Amino acid sequence: MKVKLSFLALLAVALIVLFLFIHLGPNWDYALPRRLKKVLAIAITGGAIAYATLIFQTITNNRILTPSVIGLDSLYMLIQTFVIYVFGSMSLPSTNKQLNFFITVGLMIAFVGVLYKLLFKREGRNLYFLLLIGLVLGTLFGSMSTFMQVLIDPNEFLIVQGRMFASFNNVNTDLLVISIIIIALVAAYSTRLGKYLDVMSLGKEHAVNLGIPYDYIVKRMLVIVAILIAVSTALVGPITFLGLLVVNVAYQFMRTYRHSILIPGAILISIIALVGGQLIVERVFAFETTVSVIINFIGGAYFLYLLLREKKA
Amino acid sequence: MIEVRNVSKAYGGKPVIEEVSVGIKKGKITSFIGPNGAGKSTLLSMISRLLTKDSGQVLIEGKELSDWKSKDLAKKISILKQSNHINLRLTVRELVSFGRFPYSQGKLTKEDWEQVDEAIAYMDLVDLQGKYLDELSGGQNQRAFIAMVIAQNTEYILLDEPLNNLDMKHSVQIMKVLRRLVEELGKTVILVIHDINFASCYSDYIVALKNGKIVKEGSTETIIDSAILKEIYDMDIPIEIINGNRIGIYFS
Ligand SMILES: Nc1ncnc2c1ncn2[C@@H]1O[C@H](COP(=O)(O)OP(=O)(O)OP(=O)(O)O)[C@@H](O)[C@H]1O
Ligand SMILES: [Mg+2]
Repeated sequence: MKVKLSFLALLAVALIVLFLFIHLGPNWDYALPRRLKKVLAIAITGGAIAYATLIFQTITNNRILTPSVIGLDSLYMLIQTFVIYVFGSMSLPSTNKQLNFFITVGLMIAFVGVLYKLLFKREGRNLYFLLLIGLVLGTLFGSMSTFMQVLIDPNEFLIVQGRMFASFNNVNTDLLVISIIIIALVAAYSTRLGKYLDVMSLGKEHAVNLGIPYDYIVKRMLVIVAILIAVSTALVGPITFLGLLVVNVAYQFMRTYRHSILIPGAILISIIALVGGQLIVERVFAFETTVSVIINFIGGAYFLYLLLREKKA
Repeated sequence: MIEVRNVSKAYGGKPVIEEVSVGIKKGKITSFIGPNGAGKSTLLSMISRLLTKDSGQVLIEGKELSDWKSKDLAKKISILKQSNHINLRLTVRELVSFGRFPYSQGKLTKEDWEQVDEAIAYMDLVDLQGKYLDELSGGQNQRAFIAMVIAQNTEYILLDEPLNNLDMKHSVQIMKVLRRLVEELGKTVILVIHDINFASCYSDYIVALKNGKIVKEGSTETIIDSAILKEIYDMDIPIEIINGNRIGIYFS
């Protein structure tokens, strides 16, 4: 186990070093800080998404779900489209990254809060009810975005389209710092709940039998997941399949149920996938595509494989 | 002791348990019997807080379930459901070690592991302890789950059809283990069981449910009786005394 984790850590470090120094050229005092910032953004969002997805799968007891099923990605797109549709791409909420970031994060967390109220207002509603509502609302948001995208000016649409895919190319430094602080705080808080994760993955009834305050933990975990996903999506854009991909690879590679090993494993794999993907984008495709296209392509194929395998088993 | 007072549960307006009250004696084996759909599992789940009750009270040592801290309750009462499925790939020993969570919160001490090994030995699983659950037969799986409950080492042990999937030898073995837990360690066992003859040979008290209500309760000798069984199951079951046990001949 230790060996596997060390291997992943080494690979991640090697890729990061490669990413930082490959073809650095004479203007390194300009390029290096930019690359460092990019790597930092990749590491923090990749880590947050992997961690959030792992927790989400554990509390829902399902290995083919990602937090985006509760509609966070579609809500992000809806907000971006709506702002451009109503105010135009040159308006303050669209161009001012800070403002946009806080509006987006605020609305996403408010959205999860509302879902929550629906779920826990009455007893007996289960987690799947929340997923169902999230799925329905996610589809609704998606259709509303498409509707507005059809109506707007084609030039404006290009800007919307640019936001459909995650990009690490112009991450705002201030926002990066804020995101790192928020994610670090949330992650630090969540370690207090870490000891429950293994037992939670046995399922609700076993967890309750073993003395876990189930509803209390699920509520807190969901908030943690929502904040992590909201912050990373608002920072770089949606990468729907990344979490699903890396968590499942982590399960297959680490071959354990222990979260103390799965969590660092998934985070490292996520960083490897993103840094590797970004390298390919920059060096092979010369920025012709974005890393989220590559990740979504691989992730989507892997997802199909998982579904087919589930069906056979 | 466990006291159930006027507990009710309905699903979609249809009552499944109606105003049930029953006291469970400490240091005894109490069996719940009754036809399919009578509400046995529902009642057991409510006693063990897996299911919320619509009304009524469940008192464990005089304290209502909801007033207990979940962590303390997990050291007092354990439950094994009728069917158990786990999404993880676990070995038998790993599964059983989860039974120690209420005590160790995940960091098992040497004593915890001793209890795990003891539970594995009790359930005759020593040779299988390194195997993954998905490599086991249905009965072996069932024994692994029972071992987990034994490792949890609670005063009250609730088992929903623990003999599910077990062959005769292991059924007898588990009932003997349960008797030993009661007699040597003073545990209190409540189980749901379909075979009235196992209920007759191994339990002290029997509670019979039908249509969400308790139709009969009492000591084993009083319940294992043709007239009473007829009332519960609508079946003529002659009773013979064999080796001092009351055996119902229900095959024909
Ligand atoms: N989740 C549920 N939703 C709706 N009805 C339910 C639910 N669970 C149980 N019931 C109904 O409640 C009744 C009692 O079920 P329960 O599982 O308690 O029966 P049981 O006595 O354990 O039966 P068996 O011997 O078959 O295990 C049944 O009629 C069943 O259909
Ligand atoms: Mg049942």
